[in-house]
Amino acid sequence: MTATAKSTAHSIVEASPRTKTLAGTIVILYAVIAILPLFWIVATAFKSQSDAIAYPPKVIFQPTLEGFVNLFTVRTRQTPEFIAKLPPATTWYDKLVREHDMVIAGPSKVVPRFVNSLIIGFGSTFLAVFLGTLSAYAFSRFRVPLADDLLFFILSTRMMPPVAVAIPIYLMYRHLNLTDTKLGMILLYTAVNVSLAVWLLKGFIDEIPREYEEAALVDGYTRLQALRKVVLPQAVTGIAATAIFCLIFSWNEYAFAVLLTSGEAQTMPPFIPFIIGEGGQDWPAVAAATTLFVVPIVLFTILLRKHLLRGITFGAVRK
Amino acid sequence: MTNVIHSDQVPIERVGEQAPVRLAWRTRGLSDRAIAWLFIVPTIALLLAINIFPLIWMIRLSFTSLNLSMSYLPLRFVGLDNFRDILTDEDVWFRLQSTARFVVCSVALQVFIGFGLALLINRQFRAHSFWTTIILLPMMLSPAVVGNFWTLLFQPQIGPFNHLISLVTGVAPSSFSMTGEVALAPWTIVLVDTWMWAPYVMLICLAGLRSIPDYIYEAAEVDRASSWRQFWSITLPMTVPFLMLAILFRAIENFKMFDMVNLLTSGGPGSTTELISITLKRAAFEKWRTGYSSALAIVLFVTVFGAANIYVKVLNRVKQR
Repeated sequence: MTATAKSTAHSIVEASPRTKTLAGTIVILYAVIAILPLFWIVATAFKSQSDAIAYPPKVIFQPTLEGFVNLFTVRTRQTPEFIAKLPPATTWYDKLVREHDMVIAGPSKVVPRFVNSLIIGFGSTFLAVFLGTLSAYAFSRFRVPLADDLLFFILSTRMMPPVAVAIPIYLMYRHLNLTDTKLGMILLYTAVNVSLAVWLLKGFIDEIPREYEEAALVDGYTRLQALRKVVLPQAVTGIAATAIFCLIFSWNEYAFAVLLTSGEAQTMPPFIPFIIGEGGQDWPAVAAATTLFVVPIVLFTILLRKHLLRGITFGAVRK
Repeated sequence: MTNVIHSDQVPIERVGEQAPVRLAWRTRGLSDRAIAWLFIVPTIALLLAINIFPLIWMIRLSFTSLNLSMSYLPLRFVGLDNFRDILTDEDVWFRLQSTARFVVCSVALQVFIGFGLALLINRQFRAHSFWTTIILLPMMLSPAVVGNFWTLLFQPQIGPFNHLISLVTGVAPSSFSMTGEVALAPWTIVLVDTWMWAPYVMLICLAGLRSIPDYIYEAAEVDRASSWRQFWSITLPMTVPFLMLAILFRAIENFKMFDMVNLLTSGGPGSTTELISITLKRAAFEKWRTGYSSALAIVLFVTVFGAANIYVKVLNRVKQR
């Protein structure tokens, strides 16, 4: 009896091996095609300038670090006689540059832009997660008047078109001297991220049984102690996942960055398309910057894969 | 069923135990009500300062003729003139139509591919979770960076896309330009958007498919329903709420699309791919017509706000499952 029940259940729930192979083949084919553009960019990062703009495009090429050197330096073209007169190149990148009749004039702006991305990303993430945890806890545990309306209000701020939001922010920041400052961008990204943080963390905190806190309260803890010593340790995974989502948003954000920053506080996304060499975009350098920019996102995606669904649906869909 | 006790329906014998605890919560430290407000107020205050206050300011400006490139002029109130200009401007309607076409085409394609992939992945073949993660990668990337690197892939001479197409179809690779031709450019932005976001629909559909309990299929099998019939009577209806969630969210996101398209085609050629957000950016940050663009922004706000309202309702319905 049990044996037959099991075998029928098996045949219905599990697909037949042939169906599985077919489904697997189609999905893998899609995945390979979908990932090709990324491979192309990573490959371009290791191409020489002439290989990158070869016609027809080169699939097999001699890898070089030229793109990365060009990304991090500013170079000037010199006559071969001038270069011959210089003392011999001491570093591998000096040599690489001189092969193209150029000398390194100094570092490029990429490092400051990268640092901006890090400061603004981590600053806004920390603030958003801090504020978000507090609000999420309150929404999860206390009867807040108009809770649903407040939660909708919080989420709706994230839905607004960034270009439309940028118009009044631009005017306000001009008055407050916050245009093109890291503080201004941190505050703006915090406001955008806090809505996601509240919704996600509310879901995570809702899942922690109230009984733990109630026991702690009976044992003489105050609410705040119970939050710090009972709830937060259990919400660590959720807080970490939320933080990564906030970080990815700030890291990737372009519209606000391009409209509200121009130098001082510019992050990587508006900077990358304007990495220019002699005669247009320096594709190996652009690809090198893109590769360096995308690698952390790939790692985070792998780390986050179990929580991705929650993250993209504001915590509504869990499994 | 009878054993289920909801947290707010405390059985009578436990009320006695609970009363002193409740009292204790209130007397020790801050009251719950104070803590609740203390925890929520900073978030609300930040959103009021960064979102609502500027919004109110913008509503005021939408009734003026302010132009930031001529900000020495005194602020002049023009009533509803900006709104009248927008709603009677053929160009704006044309941009809204382009945007609507982009939203409908890209979301339809994403649903088709995303739902298809979800059905296939749900067959649970070997290493399916590894391949799922690979497929999800594009949606985690920065849309701006994506738009930028697709311009390289689409270069007629040096980009691999045209050569790949020419391998398959035999058309000469440099005979067409995905981003430079009026007939192709609208499809180019749909293509890149679908590449990026079909995985999003897939992930949500997968959750929908997994929420369907096995016993329903078992019952259908007992009734000898064909697998075609099972799909139409069980699989599809039970994933519809999830599908709705994905469609609404993608529609809202694509309606306000700016970053990817701005870098891929920057609205061109001509204005074939000029979505409404790009029009708004040009009016506000290139022509500096702040009064006019404030009014246009408000029109967009109202549209998105309405859609967001429906989205949250669907979200809550899915949550209850």
